[in-house]
Amino acid sequence: MTAKVLETPIFEKSNPGARGVSLPVFGLDSTGLNRISDFLPEGLTRKNLSRLPELAQLDTIRHYVRLSQLNHCIDTGFYPLGSCTMKFNPKVCDLYGQLDGFTQLHPLTPESLSQGALEVMYRLQQYLADVSGFDRVTLQPAAGAQGELVGMMMVKAYFKKHQQPERTQVLIPDAAHGTNPASAAMCGFEVIELKSNREGGVDLDELKQKLSPKTAALMLTNPNTLGLFERDILEITRLVHDAGGLMYYDGANLNAVMGQAKPALMGFDVMHINTHKTFATPHGGGGPGSGPVAVNNKLAPFLPKPYADFDGSQYFLNNDLPDSIGKVKAFWGNFEMMARAFTYISAYGSEGLARVSQDAVLNANYLKEKLKTMYHVPYDLTCKHEFVMTSQRQKVTDPHINTMAIVKRLMDFGIHPPTVYFPLIVAECIMIEPTDTESKETLDRFIEVMSEIDRECRETPDVILNAPHTTPIGKVDEVAAARNPDLNYFSAAKAD
Amino acid sequence: MYNFLPHTAEDRLNMVKAMGLSSETQLFDDIPASLRHGITYKYLQPEGLSELELQERLKQLATQNTAGSYSSFLGGGAYHRFIPSAVNTIASRSEFYTAYTPYQPEVSQGTLQVVYEFQTMIAELTGLDVANASVYDGASAVTEAALMAARITKHSKLLVSKTLHPDYRAVLNTYTEALEALTIDTFDPLKSTVENLIETWPTDDVAAVIIQHPDFLGCLTEAASFNALRAYCDARGALLIVSSDPVSLGVLEPPGRLGADIVVGDIQPLGNNLSFGGPYGGYMATRQKYLRQLPGRLVGRTLDKNNTVCYTLTLQTREQHIRREKATSNICTNQALNVLKATVYMALMGPKGLCEVATLSMQRAHYLASALSKLPGVSLLAPERAFGFEFALSLPAPAEDCLTWMRAQNILGGLSLSAYYPEYPNTLLIATTEVNTDKEITHFIDVFGTWVESFNLSHSKKEASGALKAKETCPS
Repeated sequence: MTAKVLETPIFEKSNPGARGVSLPVFGLDSTGLNRISDFLPEGLTRKNLSRLPELAQLDTIRHYVRLSQLNHCIDTGFYPLGSCTMKFNPKVCDLYGQLDGFTQLHPLTPESLSQGALEVMYRLQQYLADVSGFDRVTLQPAAGAQGELVGMMMVKAYFKKHQQPERTQVLIPDAAHGTNPASAAMCGFEVIELKSNREGGVDLDELKQKLSPKTAALMLTNPNTLGLFERDILEITRLVHDAGGLMYYDGANLNAVMGQAKPALMGFDVMHINTHKTFATPHGGGGPGSGPVAVNNKLAPFLPKPYADFDGSQYFLNNDLPDSIGKVKAFWGNFEMMARAFTYISAYGSEGLARVSQDAVLNANYLKEKLKTMYHVPYDLTCKHEFVMTSQRQKVTDPHINTMAIVKRLMDFGIHPPTVYFPLIVAECIMIEPTDTESKETLDRFIEVMSEIDRECRETPDVILNAPHTTPIGKVDEVAAARNPDLNYFSAAKAD
Repeated sequence: MYNFLPHTAEDRLNMVKAMGLSSETQLFDDIPASLRHGITYKYLQPEGLSELELQERLKQLATQNTAGSYSSFLGGGAYHRFIPSAVNTIASRSEFYTAYTPYQPEVSQGTLQVVYEFQTMIAELTGLDVANASVYDGASAVTEAALMAARITKHSKLLVSKTLHPDYRAVLNTYTEALEALTIDTFDPLKSTVENLIETWPTDDVAAVIIQHPDFLGCLTEAASFNALRAYCDARGALLIVSSDPVSLGVLEPPGRLGADIVVGDIQPLGNNLSFGGPYGGYMATRQKYLRQLPGRLVGRTLDKNNTVCYTLTLQTREQHIRREKATSNICTNQALNVLKATVYMALMGPKGLCEVATLSMQRAHYLASALSKLPGVSLLAPERAFGFEFALSLPAPAEDCLTWMRAQNILGGLSLSAYYPEYPNTLLIATTEVNTDKEITHFIDVFGTWVESFNLSHSKKEASGALKAKETCPS
């Protein structure tokens, strides 16, 4: 049976000789420059041209526009995606963050000619310090995971400077984001897992038991990945500090607490911020992100360099940080994302940001209250910006039904599946984060759809088990795909 | 009330009632009162701005970046290249722009097929079997390649060329210092040949040799040197990592065919804006046999249950959300939007267009270099080395003087190398691309000529001989 193709790979559309764009030609005296061999040595020029496709411009446009139409996106539908904060990306941030004065600016432009960009950086550093309660901010990390890494590198540098090389362990709750242990391990730390208590929070006895003179830090997100605020947070940070350790705040869930509680005042020493979550810079189908890191004065000497500074008349890049961990990114960071986040924060002001978090929390609790009549909610407490439920009750009606099947069915209703099977401590977990930008109408429709799916689980389980039915493709056997990976159009035939 | 929040006051009230609460503030009762009270702000205004005010504010900031009115010869790892209009038309489509990571293949075929095509195109440019979906930038690609080589070889030493981009070297240093598992030695290809390298570092513990081609000074590594490097690596079980500008690979023989095991670089020159340094994207390509150690996302082509060709993220068991602290890397992003721009750019250019862009840039560089190095006291830093579209020029006086002079004539004449290499105080790094018109090139030559002339008129012979002496420290 011949396989069906949605959109032929662009390489098969190639029409040798066709051109997508025209280019200027060299118009000066070309004596001695006519042939490539006139200026490149033998053996270094391509023997064959690459097999990039050759298409007319319209054919290229149609190919990629048609591909775009196969995607779900925020601008077409709801994303109740726990821990990812898929909120509306305001158009003014995108458009005005991409003014020519920003996008055409070379990173090594003299500072006197890039004052506007440096001012954006300087002010964003201040705004993020304000929101988080910390003293200093670096905008250099390219994404949240790199922010985590930078934070842990600074923790490491701090103990090196204070001559405590024995602090080699990082405590991480079993409910933490997977990047936490990966980032700690990349800094050479030993990861010690903390078992959560019955409420999904940090177990104080477990914490006391695992704290030791070897403890470098505890990495925590608050609210945690169940969407619950750690009631004992002040006690937790005190215990860790008393043991000589530092507190790392995973800022993935910052959207819950802006204007409600500042991480620095909870007792944290360092945090990263995901601008593509809290400050609505676009996810772009998987990146770019941007992961600024905020610290208190204890850790400030170790910030990456340079940072944006102001001498009273001019903005400039300050490299004067003798104990800096160094650079983590070429140039200064993902500036376009900074310009968007700056615009977003300016649009709200501090009162608006507090309202953002209030609405995010209101929406999550509203969904939880409505859905808990149908779905099992293991922690029926006031949540913050997200909550978890499970497919336990639906599973009982048909043993084949599980979380994955249920959320795949959502796609037939134009809704992106929530985050599932995470955190790992809740079996058949479904993690829902509606964000602040969804209307009551959207939330009510989601509740209706979930109710319809609950009914289907009982009455027509096959509809659930074979879902999705209306998406461009059906279920994919990912295990088979990984067994024989075809990662390159031209070498697909010879993949081992 | 606020720009992007949909609820009316009545909506909120209805929702609170529906939950059986008396007030919204009850939802925050779980936060200790000591944290909730007395929150103050130092810098943020309480009130937000309207969209019209935002537009004015951003326009005002953007116009304070006055570099746009200059003709620019800045390079050093970020290049002002022509971006076809169609690139941004595609990249600004909401369906790509506001989509999440394609973990659900049923509703992400657009993003997934783009990445698959990108992986194929990068494999074509580099002459290797497989490429990933990208990492943060060129610096992170080099760093991840070095860590990958260490995992593969189980060796702990990195031999790094001094002409690898200084920021890439800095990032590599930051990561290896934190990990405390790898040590770095640097070698200077301007001072010693590859053959010397072999004698200087006879150690067997080498995980990788890392070079850049074309390098930070624009110089190319000759085919014979590639052969010698390959032999060195083979004799020691080390990998050869090459960082390459992707546009230059439109005309240069792919490093994968010259012996490289991992080829990396930054995709900014492929249709991505300069944007004051980011976001860009790092590409990584390698041989099939090293696939399982390649970090970052990978997209594979397969079939769905209805026998439809489709694309999906694959080999995810290498990644952090599965393997946690045992993952190949902590990276859990790719520069998808930058990858999209690069893919559309490469599709629009085609093999001939990319070759033309590279060739035109090189013609301009060679024309300019030849004209400038004829002037008294001016010469190429490495006259015996071949170069592409960027070159380092030795001047009779500090490069900053020259740049100031040129700036007065609305030219950003390049980069002073002294910030990166204190041993080259009088050296200018100049890049030309297809964007630098014939007129700009001619103007550059004229203005530079007046600077050299003014210098020769106003400076004493003593200073001039000092400059000559400085030049002798450069390779012959």
